[in-house]
Amino acid sequence: MQRFANPARFMRLSAALLPWCAVAAATLIAIGLYGALFIAPPDYQQGEAVKIMYVHVPSAWLASLVYAVMAVASAVALIWRHPLAHIAAESAAPVGAGFTFVCLVSGSLWGEPMWGTWWVWDARLTSVLVLFFLYLGFIALANAFDDRTRGSRAAAILAVVGVVNLPIIKFSVDWWNTLHQKASVFRMGGPTIAVSMLWPLLVMAAGFLFLFAVLLMLRMRTALLRAKLRALRFGT
Amino acid sequence: MAGRKLQKSFTGEGLVCRRGERLVFQGVAFALAPGGALLLGGPNGSGKTSLLRLMAGLAPPEQGAIAWDGAAIAEDPAAHRARLHYIGHQEAVKLALTAEENLAFWTQMRGASDAIETALRRVRLDARATWPARYLSAGERKRLGLARLLASAAALWLLDEPTTSLDAESTEVLLTAIAEHRHAGGCVAIATHAPLPLPSAQHLSLTGHTTWRQA
Amino acid sequence: MNGFAALLTRDLRLAFRQGGDVANVVAFFALAVILFPFGVGPDPDLLARIAAGVLWVTALLAALLSLERLFDADFQDGSLEALSLMPVPLEIQVLAKCAAHWLTTGLPLTIIAPLLALVLHFDAAGYPALIAALLLGTPVLSLIGAIGAALTLGARRAGVLLSLLVLPLYIPVLIFGVAASEAAALGLESRPHLLLLAALLAGSLALAPWATAAALRQALE
Repeated sequence: MQRFANPARFMRLSAALLPWCAVAAATLIAIGLYGALFIAPPDYQQGEAVKIMYVHVPSAWLASLVYAVMAVASAVALIWRHPLAHIAAESAAPVGAGFTFVCLVSGSLWGEPMWGTWWVWDARLTSVLVLFFLYLGFIALANAFDDRTRGSRAAAILAVVGVVNLPIIKFSVDWWNTLHQKASVFRMGGPTIAVSMLWPLLVMAAGFLFLFAVLLMLRMRTALLRAKLRALRFGT
Repeated sequence: MAGRKLQKSFTGEGLVCRRGERLVFQGVAFALAPGGALLLGGPNGSGKTSLLRLMAGLAPPEQGAIAWDGAAIAEDPAAHRARLHYIGHQEAVKLALTAEENLAFWTQMRGASDAIETALRRVRLDARATWPARYLSAGERKRLGLARLLASAAALWLLDEPTTSLDAESTEVLLTAIAEHRHAGGCVAIATHAPLPLPSAQHLSLTGHTTWRQA
Repeated sequence: MNGFAALLTRDLRLAFRQGGDVANVVAFFALAVILFPFGVGPDPDLLARIAAGVLWVTALLAALLSLERLFDADFQDGSLEALSLMPVPLEIQVLAKCAAHWLTTGLPLTIIAPLLALVLHFDAAGYPALIAALLLGTPVLSLIGAIGAALTLGARRAGVLLSLLVLPLYIPVLIFGVAASEAAALGLESRPHLLLLAALLAGSLALAPWATAAALRQALE
């Protein structure tokens, strides 16, 4: 199983892919932003403030997606004891936490003009907040041991536990929210959303996805080089 | 336990051990026949404890295989645990429990036995059986840990520095116990700095990264 | 099952001999609850309204407080290593330790919770549901907490880290526990919430020991 994806092959592959992904990310985000800011219509109630959505919603998607990627990488790392998978999970975590943070901040900025308050205990926002703490826990645990591999393995188990718990937490938060219903929950209109609003949203999401790929590969490459450096210095 | 069950051999081949990111040893091999004894020597950090832990199945070797009677121990860890006694350098003694309670607990965890009194007598703790372990000296706690070997049967003994803080008389008790165990067909592997007079024991010196010779 | 009983007995005996632990958890629970009237004022109506939430949040923190010890003592003195080499499956041993933890924290908390509810003017109609919810919810706290305790063994600043890992996972228990207690106090049906708590308990009984055992094995490796 060790040969499945060896570090050297990963370094070659990622070096080849990186520029393409970077270009794709930059282009898609540029097109998406243009579409969002200049083509998509302002909301008849919210005005231009609705355009925060084009950052908020894709980052919410990415926040969950990255956690899933992290959990899959962790499971692979635990089952096949593959170091590269540990590195992938640990490299993904801060990026995911970043998207989560962007989602929270943009949600808060959007909330101010909409509800006149910086924070609403909306079910979705609350779930994202909990997700943010799950990310922080993973990062803290991975770095809490003097023995690096201990941290990796403990954090991998936590990611798997977290992914099992996430739907339960999501469900309980929704439940709690309906019990204490007050704030008008903003919902993306699903299929009723106008095409001129939908395409910039999807293009932005694709751009964010490539951005994630770029950041993940960069972080993994750095982590591998660091490991190599340690190996050279401490002669193992 | 029936002697027949003890007629097994214990082998390891091409073992590579990594602790964290550090390579501890590679290319280590051993083979123990029933009744065999293996003394692990080598300087600090050469991996004596690590090898014992691999033998116990506490950690998997990075490469190589450990087998009991031809079957890899990783295939049936429960069976392997049932056949071994591992005494690490910590005694696993609870200070708030009496000597007797401590020993009885470990024995029950291995499926009960009523040899507790005998075991305590043999390690000369019978007079202190009802003392909370916190009143026992370091040597006495060590003896209490070793009493686990005597209170329930297991084919394979893995001992990490068993003679540390033992007096001459207690070392003698331990050596006798090991001799009896081997006579009954059991195997023993001991990590030790002190030379132990075990008849016809194999020696395995771990010297760091290189393969080691067997004497 | 012999091993389960042996380990449970040993842990209870240790808790009993080292007495202070149970008393500390209960005292923390009581004291933390009593702080609330000082914080929000002694208005009975307000206290009654927040009573269920206060009791649950404080119970959560009290349970958390005692988690750090769950495996740590055994880890430090070599017992955990020896336990992991016993023929009894580690998952069963984890269950035994969680049972002991619950008997020495969750159960005492459940027993004194009604007294504290009284101090907070909690509605009389809510008591049965409060107790039922605590009986169902506190074992989940022990089971999920065990995962965190196992993961943080040997970590730097394990205590703070443990709260960071475990508290988000406690949110569902908190939500359904409070919901059950409050529903009854308001004269509503508390059964669905209690059933959800029971489902959480069943789920964590099945999954948590497995995750905890995996975490312990990697800690010992």
